[in-house]
Amino acid sequence: MTTPLRLYVNGDRYDLDVEPRRTLADALRDDCGLTGTHLGCEHGVCGACTVLVDGQPVRACLMFAVQAEGSSVRTVEGLAPDDDTLHPVQQAFWDNHGLQCGFCTPGFLTLITGYLEENPTANEEELRDVLSSNLCRCTGYQNIIKAALAAQRTMNAESGAEPAEQAPA
Amino acid sequence: MRGWGNYVADIASHNDQVLHARFVRSSVASGRIVSVAIPPDVTGFTAADLVEVEPIRAVLHRPDFVEVATPILAGDRVRFVGEPIAVVVAATEAEAEDAAERVAVEIEQLPAVLSASAALAYDAPIVHDDVPEDHPNAPNVVVDGRITTPNADAAFAAAHRTVSVRVSSGRQSAMPLEARAAHAAFERSSGRTTLHATSQMPHVTRTGIADCLGIPEDDLRVVAPDVGGGFGAKMTLAREDVAIVWVARRLRRDVAWIETREENFLAGWHSREQVYDVDGAFTADGELVALRADIVCDLGAYCCYPVTWGVEPLMALAELSGPYKVPEYDVRSRGVTTNKCPIAPYRGVSRPIQVLALERLMDVAAEELGIDRVAIRDLNLVSEFPHRSPTGLVLDEASHRETLAIAAGMADLDDFAARQAVARSQGRYLGIGFSCFAERTGYGTPAMVARSRPFGHAEARKALITPGFERVVVAMDPSGCVTLRIGASPHGQGLKTSLAQVVCDELGLSPDQVRVIASDTDATPYGWGSFASRAMVIAGGASMLAAQDLAERLRGLAADRLGGLPGDIELTDGRARLRGTESSVPIAVLARDTYHSSHLNPDKGEPALESVGVYDPSGTFANACHVAEVEVDPLTGQVDITRFLVAEDAGKLINPAIVDGQIQGGVVQGIANALFEELLYDERGVLVTTSLMDFLPPTVAEVPDIEIAHVCTVSPATLTGAKGVGEGGTIGAPAAIANAISDALRPFGVGVFHLPATPHRIRSAIRDGHDLRLDRHPSDSEIPA
Amino acid sequence: MKPSPFEYHRPESLEEALGMLARDPDESKVLAGGQSLVPMMNFRLASPTRLIDINRVPDLEGMSVSGDRLRVAARTRHIDVQRNELPGPLGELLREAAGHVGHLPIRTRGTFGGSIAHCDAASEWCQVAALLDAEMTVVSASRGERTIQAADFFQSIFTTSLELDEILVAVTLPVLGETWVTGIAEFARRAGDFGIVTATTALNIVEGVVAEARISLGGVHEIPFRSEAAETVLAGQAFTPELVVAAAEAAADEVDPPSDVHGDADYRRDLVRALLPRAVRSGMGAT
Repeated sequence: MTTPLRLYVNGDRYDLDVEPRRTLADALRDDCGLTGTHLGCEHGVCGACTVLVDGQPVRACLMFAVQAEGSSVRTVEGLAPDDDTLHPVQQAFWDNHGLQCGFCTPGFLTLITGYLEENPTANEEELRDVLSSNLCRCTGYQNIIKAALAAQRTMNAESGAEPAEQAPA
Repeated sequence: MRGWGNYVADIASHNDQVLHARFVRSSVASGRIVSVAIPPDVTGFTAADLVEVEPIRAVLHRPDFVEVATPILAGDRVRFVGEPIAVVVAATEAEAEDAAERVAVEIEQLPAVLSASAALAYDAPIVHDDVPEDHPNAPNVVVDGRITTPNADAAFAAAHRTVSVRVSSGRQSAMPLEARAAHAAFERSSGRTTLHATSQMPHVTRTGIADCLGIPEDDLRVVAPDVGGGFGAKMTLAREDVAIVWVARRLRRDVAWIETREENFLAGWHSREQVYDVDGAFTADGELVALRADIVCDLGAYCCYPVTWGVEPLMALAELSGPYKVPEYDVRSRGVTTNKCPIAPYRGVSRPIQVLALERLMDVAAEELGIDRVAIRDLNLVSEFPHRSPTGLVLDEASHRETLAIAAGMADLDDFAARQAVARSQGRYLGIGFSCFAERTGYGTPAMVARSRPFGHAEARKALITPGFERVVVAMDPSGCVTLRIGASPHGQGLKTSLAQVVCDELGLSPDQVRVIASDTDATPYGWGSFASRAMVIAGGASMLAAQDLAERLRGLAADRLGGLPGDIELTDGRARLRGTESSVPIAVLARDTYHSSHLNPDKGEPALESVGVYDPSGTFANACHVAEVEVDPLTGQVDITRFLVAEDAGKLINPAIVDGQIQGGVVQGIANALFEELLYDERGVLVTTSLMDFLPPTVAEVPDIEIAHVCTVSPATLTGAKGVGEGGTIGAPAAIANAISDALRPFGVGVFHLPATPHRIRSAIRDGHDLRLDRHPSDSEIPA
Repeated sequence: MKPSPFEYHRPESLEEALGMLARDPDESKVLAGGQSLVPMMNFRLASPTRLIDINRVPDLEGMSVSGDRLRVAARTRHIDVQRNELPGPLGELLREAAGHVGHLPIRTRGTFGGSIAHCDAASEWCQVAALLDAEMTVVSASRGERTIQAADFFQSIFTTSLELDEILVAVTLPVLGETWVTGIAEFARRAGDFGIVTATTALNIVEGVVAEARISLGGVHEIPFRSEAAETVLAGQAFTPELVVAAAEAAADEVDPPSDVHGDADYRRDLVRALLPRAVRSGMGAT
């Protein structure tokens, strides 16, 4: 038994037919072919499957695809503007050695992007609190924090927002 | 980074034709399989279908080693919860799971052995009842090693004081964020199967599977695409991988198995469940003159391939003395089999607990003898090289005392003591702890062969697997670009970047001109893979040798053109230059002429620019000193790590960012092992920690930034100068943390002797005024000899 | 870790949802945020054959004050509770408690009412509901609306007095006056994990005397536990730190907590002793 489903992923329209039990993560991977969204636990703890649904970070393993009917979804594949340019968060991960095996990376990139777009003036403590949503087994997190702070500086410089240092605690 | 990675599950997602497999697993710890019923509308297989498939056999040639076979699917007996019994396939993962639920398995339960103590008890049930009756070991003891120096007893008799500690560790999982996965594609035209698998050693995986299936290795290609972390857990041959290849060949279809997190906890290898009883004989001024230990490792139900279940007990046996001068040594180390998930290597292998044992011993001895804890370490650390350990290991040039001094300086102990005193007066408990260790890396064949004690005739040794060497092929194409084909198989360590740097340095090329090809048995020379912090040392050395050979050839070609001798040519910036002159030629021109104008140079060697490098060292030792600073909440048992310092000597740093990344990540896994992560079985042998809500890798909120200082000792034991750094963080951190907590809790008389030191254990020790320890040594349950 | 198959329904009105639920209440499950239900389905610990997704039902989100009551519509997401701008001790308690609920990507989906209907004894919202004697407004197709007091709502582990054909639509809480001091202290192994023990406190301190005391504990019983013993120690007495310690002792003696991998009963009692005073202190603006 399948259900028709329309999703807008990274600006592209997908008309799918899925079983209701298919999670958003599986639909993105298996039906849309967007395998950058990874599955590390399928019970909402590791955060590797984090995507932005209508701008909000969510666990794609804890949402059925049919629930996203008509929604806009942003995955790691939709972060960079084009094949030659990286999104500031991706660039910062590259510059700061923020990844090793790369499996958790897409979830961190979408989480950080979603959070910083809504909270450009977040301070380091707030950023750490949000980053504690996701697990990384390789890096020890230090370079992920560095990357997130660097990305924030770049994004704010591009948009002219207040620098983080002046943000309220 | 862009979502363009290529992990095994991604290959399955992009394959519309693939069948998905699920394993039906044992729900009991020990039992006899009465029946397995697969519904007629389900495609599935049991051991009865795999009768012609050989079990996995990993052998170490020692008289005290017990060899057991691991069947691909359990036939008549099951020996742990999670053991695979049947495999079913369906069009989707969900449907395969539906089908697996419908397979009816009837098992007659048998008594289970659920701890090392229970395994050693005189009336213990026997986990493997097919061990020959004349085997010298006690029942359930599958490895029983002992190394004794002649004067050990005398040294203890003469000692000023014998200091004793008992330390232990719970079971842990490497828990790579990507669980295991396999995708086997059957190619009808050739009859070959291509297995994409989450492997740290694709060549050995191929050998293992080909042996089980009785096929030539060439019928199988094994590729490790992007691998989402390994930490040792992906260097062991999976029964599931063998089954998936068999099913693909049987059905002549593509078949994938994507392990779930729950399965990974149940069956994706465990480690570290060990108990050490250690005595140190000290002189009055703190010199450690002899070490005695009784070590027992709970190895679970089966023997891992290729390194065998000797890996933990024999590592502990050979390397317990670590970085310390220990003249006399009497150590027995046993591995016992139990009805739990098999153990396999996990980052550090035994050494986190070995170091815990020695470093707790040093702190306790310092206290009992009234000596400063830095001074007692400084007195006993090896300072003259090469140093021969009591077990015959050669410690090469290192900086044990220097790293201790640097770490102690960074820690600023006077300042800390002042802060600790002020805090205590406010009812807050700060502590600081040290940990010194030597991390043996670059285990080549000589190191691996030392684990065996050959006996019997050659025929009996045929199944022996002795890893060690690495071989690489470096080739320059007509455009002057280079490919480096390696047998090692990186999975996130940045090895390709580091090796490319080694080659660039020799050939005067830029990194974009070097491509490293790895992890595909069709495209790379046979090699052992990436494990035991070996790849940078061994594959790095082999790459250097191959690149040097190719460079020599290029210098010869350039000298012919530019004049001078090959030794006068230097390779820089893509050109070969005649030293002291302006004349030079692009390396790309030399390359093109070699291939395209070979008729002009008939006497200049074969028309190819290719070299092979082989390196097989006996090993080297990286070393480090870790310092942890903690605050313990005595009411809840919560430990906050407020500062963590590492003074590291990894030899020459080929790529400092990658080295620091390995240290930071390694330390955080050590913190996880020390405070957070534990696999727990209930009284029926059912694993209760099967989710990330129960097994708790720390988040960024629980870990500090790691401060790192480097010493770079040049050792002749490694060609590139690099010493390997993959495991050190994980090896040293737990002991530093245990010492720091013990320091913090000194006012309560609580010492930490068991890890993980979870909040409830710490609180209970404080409340009841005792040490945090596992009370029994497994051998307490043995009949006294 | 893929769920068993189910029928999926996505009603667009409450009436439609209640009608669908009434057709087969035994086999149906209401899907709101899904942050507890979906993991259980992925593990196949729950395998409902019909899911009624109420995420498109209008008027189930938002917080509004009417007189001295705050109404939290059931599907209000944790993140929106965290961002509430309600002045006074209640708003502060809700913001602080929300900060302990999972992580950002859980808070964007998970709901206030869903958490209460799930009845996990460790849940922050169950604690708050028990602490403040919340009233649950529930509706069914055949019997219309009724109100259930928190004391009657939470029955046993994962079990409430919600009938199978009913949907929780709102929770109302008393708006606390400025003399109230509220606080929460939670002990979890990692950021975002369920608390092993959680203490939530609300004290009405009038001129230095505790006029009314409410103490709710999570993780010590199969449902949120109101500690009568601690409340009795506090009520009517001059507020001092020593009094709070005495209350914590009384609570620790009163509870009969379960044991699990994260700690035994004695440990949980110790956590009650440690956390209850911290909850009170957090409400006083100290930590």
